Amino acid sequence: MACQSSAVHAGIYHYDELDRRFLAERVAQFRRQVARRLAGELSEEEFRPLRLMNGLYLQLHAYMLRIAIPYGVLGSHQLRQLALIGRRYDRGYGHFTTRQNLQFNWIKLVDVPDILTELAGVDMHSIQTSGNCIRNVTTDQFAGAAADEIVDPRVYAEIMRQWSTLHPEFTFLPRKFKIAITGSPCDRAAVAIHDVGLRAKLGADGAIGFAVLVGGGLGRSPFLAKPLREWVAEPDLLAYLEAILRVYNQYGRRDNIYKARIKILVHEIGIEAMRAQVEAEFERINGPRYRLDAAIVASIRSHFAPPPFTAQHERSGGFERECASDPDFARWTRVNVTTHKQPDYVSVTVSLKPSGGIPGDVTSGQMEAMADLADRFSFGELRVSHEQNLVLAHVRRDDLYLLWQELGRHCLDTANAGLVSDIIACPGLDYCALANARAIPLAREISLRFADIDRQHRIGELKIKMSGCINACGHHHVGHIGILGVDKQGIEYYQITIGGDASENPALGQVIGPAVGYGEVVGLIERLIELYLERREAGERFIDTVARIGIRPFKEKVYGAAA
Amino acid sequence: MVRPGGKLEIITANRLDTGAVVWFGGEAGWVDRVGEAAVLAPGGHALADAKASERANMVVDVAMIEAMLEDGRPVPVGLRERIRALGPTVRPDLGYQAEY
Repeated sequence: MACQSSAVHAGIYHYDELDRRFLAERVAQFRRQVARRLAGELSEEEFRPLRLMNGLYLQLHAYMLRIAIPYGVLGSHQLRQLALIGRRYDRGYGHFTTRQNLQFNWIKLVDVPDILTELAGVDMHSIQTSGNCIRNVTTDQFAGAAADEIVDPRVYAEIMRQWSTLHPEFTFLPRKFKIAITGSPCDRAAVAIHDVGLRAKLGADGAIGFAVLVGGGLGRSPFLAKPLREWVAEPDLLAYLEAILRVYNQYGRRDNIYKARIKILVHEIGIEAMRAQVEAEFERINGPRYRLDAAIVASIRSHFAPPPFTAQHERSGGFERECASDPDFARWTRVNVTTHKQPDYVSVTVSLKPSGGIPGDVTSGQMEAMADLADRFSFGELRVSHEQNLVLAHVRRDDLYLLWQELGRHCLDTANAGLVSDIIACPGLDYCALANARAIPLAREISLRFADIDRQHRIGELKIKMSGCINACGHHHVGHIGILGVDKQGIEYYQITIGGDASENPALGQVIGPAVGYGEVVGLIERLIELYLERREAGERFIDTVARIGIRPFKEKVYGAAA
Repeated sequence: MVRPGGKLEIITANRLDTGAVVWFGGEAGWVDRVGEAAVLAPGGHALADAKASERANMVVDVAMIEAMLEDGRPVPVGLRERIRALGPTVRPDLGYQAEY
């Protein structure tokens, strides 16, 4: 099905007939597999890997379907389809994840073939959202729009999507494999916590190339990715990635699931040995077969051409007048609006973290409203951020006031992007079969404790990230304040870290003391913030103050001087 | 079945076709309400019956869990199983709790 006209300018991937035929065949195949499972011709042991290859998990309450949103970019017609699926097959809502994907939590196995058919109708699927393969490539939610962008990372994310989709050699890796790419010096894609992180940049001659990091990851054994190579020229990108994956496929451990990620391989053999192996493999395979043809890059780049911005010869002054007359609007613009390449445009972060809300959850009605607003204000395109918010990337500055008013009608106007209540939280024990503790209720309680939006603005940038188990889907290791739920003899406890950072200055947080009970967490967070407010110097964010004074004062504030 | 310390055991699973959480109710088969779950009796064959229906592809992920009696009816001991029995603690409108 061709993209609807509403999203004709959206910078989204474009399927050709081959893609669509494949997807239709894949859905038909899974339909037969589901029928065989229900008829008892396949056992659960035989069926489980087949359903996981289609993103279908069995969670606490029902099946969960994880839908791929390539590098977090959606056309409005695709979001409408997700809204329809949520209403028709789920409970009227979906959950955006830290992988820029969407999960439905109440799916019936018998409905999945029909859901996949609905998804295929808008060029979407759930393939490679599970399993030991290369997962959805993620990137900057402001890609193609950010004022500080050097290279549009969507072009290369799409190239990697095509390269990694059903790659026959990398379908059964030792463990899952995640790649993130940024094209800006300001890293909004958290590349250092990925198996491979790419920083696109320009060479002295203006040619595009990539700094390659390897071996990052969170979970049980957190590591920041290490520099593997400072410069990989654009034509060599796939060959170099191929070399990394081959080394990992050959040497990555398969005997212990907890030691199977590439971060463990890099840690065990060391970055020098890893580099030597990758370079040798790169040398061996480098050739026409893997060379990224400039014509292909140009063809893919054409899909990400800028939308038809309207030039404004002189500023109307409307935006400034509206800010002056409406302080609530002005406050929202201070944190939810980001500078755009085009001076008359901005990018808007639509917070999915209302006070007392569930981070990342959005109703079908809100999805449809966002799709309509994307059509009206942002060329029919939306982004999902790894911080579980939505983004309208290309909004005329003069339309902001009207957009903000419309967002308010759908409870999507919370002025908290990057603030204390803009919390990343995994589904935790409320939904996830792996979790040890709940995350969402604590996120809600923290956001309610700091419900005074002026107080949040006075505190400034503060990223709280929370996971309900050691698998760290909520990125707690890189939270300015990280919260990890643990189980102690059937009781929920929470371990607190501070000083983590997912930005271009990545850092893993440090544990400040013994885990505390559920009822103590919110007060503890508040005491950490009180100390920061007491000790901060002009212009310092929470993370800056932690870096300057260290964790001990925070530890003493929470646990007393004996800590 | 009574474990040392007075804890009881019941059997849970998910329906194969819908994924819905269910409990083994003995003669009643698989039931939707945990309060109707059969408490395992020493020497009984409930677990064997439950496993048989797993092999018959009615349910998946059959497991014994700890329970206790409240008002004469079994309820899970652990938070995870209580959440399975009721629904997400953050969405009282969803799951079996919405019907109570």
